[in-house]
Amino acid sequence: MLAKIRTAINTGDRGDFHEAHTSAPYITNDDGNVAVRIELFAHRVAEYKAWVGHCTAAGIAQAVAERLVIRGKKRMVIPSDLPDSWLSPGVEYIRDSQLDRTVIAGMDGVLSGAALGIAQTGTIVLDGGRFQGRRMISLLPDYHLCIIRAQDIVGVVPEAFAQLATTMQIPMQPYTFISGPSATSDIELNRVEGVHGPRTLDVFIVE
Amino acid sequence: MKKPESVIIELAPRFEVGAKAAVQNTQLRRNMGKATQTIRGKRAGVVDELADWESLRVAGQHIKDDVMQHLDTYLIQLEATVTQSGGHVHWAKDAHEANEIVTRLIKATGSTEIIKVKSLTTDEIRLNEALELAGITAIETDLAELIIQLAHEKSSHILVPAIHKNRSEIRALFQKSMNLPDLTDEPKELAAAARQFLRDKFMSVRVATSGANFAIAETGSVCVVESEGNGRMCLTMPEVLITVMGIEKILPRWQDLGVFMQLLPRSSTGERMNPYTSIWTGVHADDGPQEFHLVLLDNGRSDVLADAVGRQTLHCIRCSACINVCPVYERTGGHAYGSVYPGPIGAILTPQLVGTAHADSLPYASSLCGACYDVCPVRINIPEVLVHLRGKVVAEKQTQPQSWFDGENLGMKAMATTFAHRTTYELAQHAGQLAQWPFVHDGYIENGPGPLGKWTAMRDFPAIPAQSFRDWWRERQRDE
Amino acid sequence: MQVALFITCFNDTLFPNTGKAVVSIVERLGHQVIFPEEQTCCGQMHFNTGYQAEAMPLIRRFVEIFSQYEAIVSPSASCVGMVRDMYRFAAEVHHDTKLANEVALLAERVYEFSEFIVNRLGIQDVGAYYPHRVTYHPTCHSLRGIKVGDAPEQLLRAVRGIDYVPLTQSNECCGFGGTFAVKNADTSMAMLGDKIRHILDTRAEVCVAADNSCLMHIGGALHRQRSGVRIAHLAEILAAQE
Repeated sequence: MLAKIRTAINTGDRGDFHEAHTSAPYITNDDGNVAVRIELFAHRVAEYKAWVGHCTAAGIAQAVAERLVIRGKKRMVIPSDLPDSWLSPGVEYIRDSQLDRTVIAGMDGVLSGAALGIAQTGTIVLDGGRFQGRRMISLLPDYHLCIIRAQDIVGVVPEAFAQLATTMQIPMQPYTFISGPSATSDIELNRVEGVHGPRTLDVFIVE
Repeated sequence: MKKPESVIIELAPRFEVGAKAAVQNTQLRRNMGKATQTIRGKRAGVVDELADWESLRVAGQHIKDDVMQHLDTYLIQLEATVTQSGGHVHWAKDAHEANEIVTRLIKATGSTEIIKVKSLTTDEIRLNEALELAGITAIETDLAELIIQLAHEKSSHILVPAIHKNRSEIRALFQKSMNLPDLTDEPKELAAAARQFLRDKFMSVRVATSGANFAIAETGSVCVVESEGNGRMCLTMPEVLITVMGIEKILPRWQDLGVFMQLLPRSSTGERMNPYTSIWTGVHADDGPQEFHLVLLDNGRSDVLADAVGRQTLHCIRCSACINVCPVYERTGGHAYGSVYPGPIGAILTPQLVGTAHADSLPYASSLCGACYDVCPVRINIPEVLVHLRGKVVAEKQTQPQSWFDGENLGMKAMATTFAHRTTYELAQHAGQLAQWPFVHDGYIENGPGPLGKWTAMRDFPAIPAQSFRDWWRERQRDE
Repeated sequence: MQVALFITCFNDTLFPNTGKAVVSIVERLGHQVIFPEEQTCCGQMHFNTGYQAEAMPLIRRFVEIFSQYEAIVSPSASCVGMVRDMYRFAAEVHHDTKLANEVALLAERVYEFSEFIVNRLGIQDVGAYYPHRVTYHPTCHSLRGIKVGDAPEQLLRAVRGIDYVPLTQSNECCGFGGTFAVKNADTSMAMLGDKIRHILDTRAEVCVAADNSCLMHIGGALHRQRSGVRIAHLAEILAAQE
């Protein structure tokens, strides 16, 4: 198979006629205005019909508590390393230590952190690292409450990949990019929120 | 060239035949018109938002150029990085080999059913049919694929296979096949029905298959872009994951995703970003499948690579922007193309994968309007490739003895001879002016003879004026 | 300036008035028109239908006839596109480096009529008077092929007495596509049907374009339907005076 590919590369070479390669100057950074970037992130996440709120580092537990009351969520799965200081009273939190999938699926929701956010596209990136846990816990429950630090929000998509790459070494972590709640455009090409992933996504930006 | 057992739907009629039937289906015309107009508007909106869109397109084109020129190197690198990350790499030269590998891997697990993430590549090799023969049930988990599977139909669009169906048609299908008599035609409710229907499968099936949108040679990472979460389910929940990937889907560097993850979602569903993207590398301890197989599929791709003009077809990232913008596709729908790849990209990809002799009507399924080239995120010059393939079709046809009795061929040759000299050309002009008289009424021909009849069957043809431009010019020169 | 007219076989035979209009406008603007009488066909129909072997002599012939002129103007965006873009491609696939070099030199001197007036001569108002309701269909080869931009509309808007009405979904192909119109007649007509609907919606008397080939397709249906709407090449509108 490789031999055939090698022969093909040589026969198919357009030689002199082919346009010369030039590097295309696409944008790799935003303008560095942090306030605008965070505002844009909040706006773009909300456009996917997710709910977005702001809180301080000291106020996470209270913000989480209020949000869970509004959503009526009482049993939440959390990554094993999520800090106790994020947890609110009155809610049952279960830490994931290789929990059975049916237990996770039976929970009201998941509370997690995030690796980074992308303002331009309103995207949250999970990499299974700090405060995020395995992929299954942010997938099976129908509700995801995600806490993201303002300093982890980047401007544009190429920045996200550059940032994820700084710690890159084989084997890599698994990455999940989340832009709003699960959705489909399969019926008449209209976006409808809520299929197999969490149907409700709430996000707090910690400043 | 032997006809491969893939891509082309068996006994598919010529494009113009399928298209004739399709354009008469008024419900299809309505559904297609509405859907394509919607998606065109959405795409244009999110593309206009990016000041550097043209630069991104050029970057995408250059990265893919590089991939094609060094495909062997990148494939070897990918094999090494995937293996190093705990995955297994398999090479499949055609559909048959790929299906054999996948069947064998599934059988080794003892499972008799698999869950599938929507994948054109597995549609191309007809994996589901091969698995069925081996006693394995493949469950499609993408909503549109599920609709198609339940309706026992063929896909009509690469991204939204059920684009030809409207909500009330989908409702009727779900009511019947999921036994939900009270279901309404609200898209939200239809989606909820699918969620319910597939949940048990996600929780229990031990093997999944997927395609790949991108695979990174440098890191061994594989990327799947989706919306519904069925992809995340299939990539996370089972014990064994088998990914079938066309060899052209490779990207050299991790950073290249920064370009393609902007080009793809905006071109595809017209979103800034699709809801979910999963990127995994081999196997991850205690997280997701603990056995991962990557099947690298050729199936005609190296033949495409060997054609200097056609090669750019392999740049395609299957976004469907060209399909959505195509005025021909909008009228005919996807089935007329008789392939899992419809629309402009299908019109150039299918004939190259199966040989122009087997799909010689497809390069003509275009008015060469160029809308596809304008929207292509990796700047595939589709009209140029179409014209190139037409050249191949005619050259092949002319080697056959029947071409000596082929009206089009004879007519074209005669005209070329006429145009070769000014004198014969002018003679033909005058002959036309004289010969047309029995057919002309009030300056128009409404029922023309011979090949002209194909034109006048549907619209009038202007009569040739008594004086050509050059005759007028000569007269004017004389008078001066 | 001396302007060589590339009339195209199609206009020469079927639409001579377009050629006459181009001559009158270019001369009105103070330039001299030359008509190289050896010209026949640029080879577009053959090449785009796949008859490359038959097209190549026509391509070489065209290059030979027109290479000597400073500016070559044609009232057909489609044939200009053939010379400017597809000749390069034809030379490339036939590995003819000599032809490729000649084409590169020739291509930049070939202009579509409206872009010649607006971009090369820098003129929008050619002194025309046309008191009719007019709509404009940007043909695919003028819009996406050779990218004449809004040059035709600039020229139309400067015409005195004109009632110019923009066309809905104007960017969409009319369904002509050369031999596509007969090879895929049903699809072609489905596309044309929508184009005609948009034209009739404008209540225009005249539908204008930069290509008579597309106009012949559009006009053929307008006439078959006895719609009362006529077609005219852009140059014929601009040639009209009080």
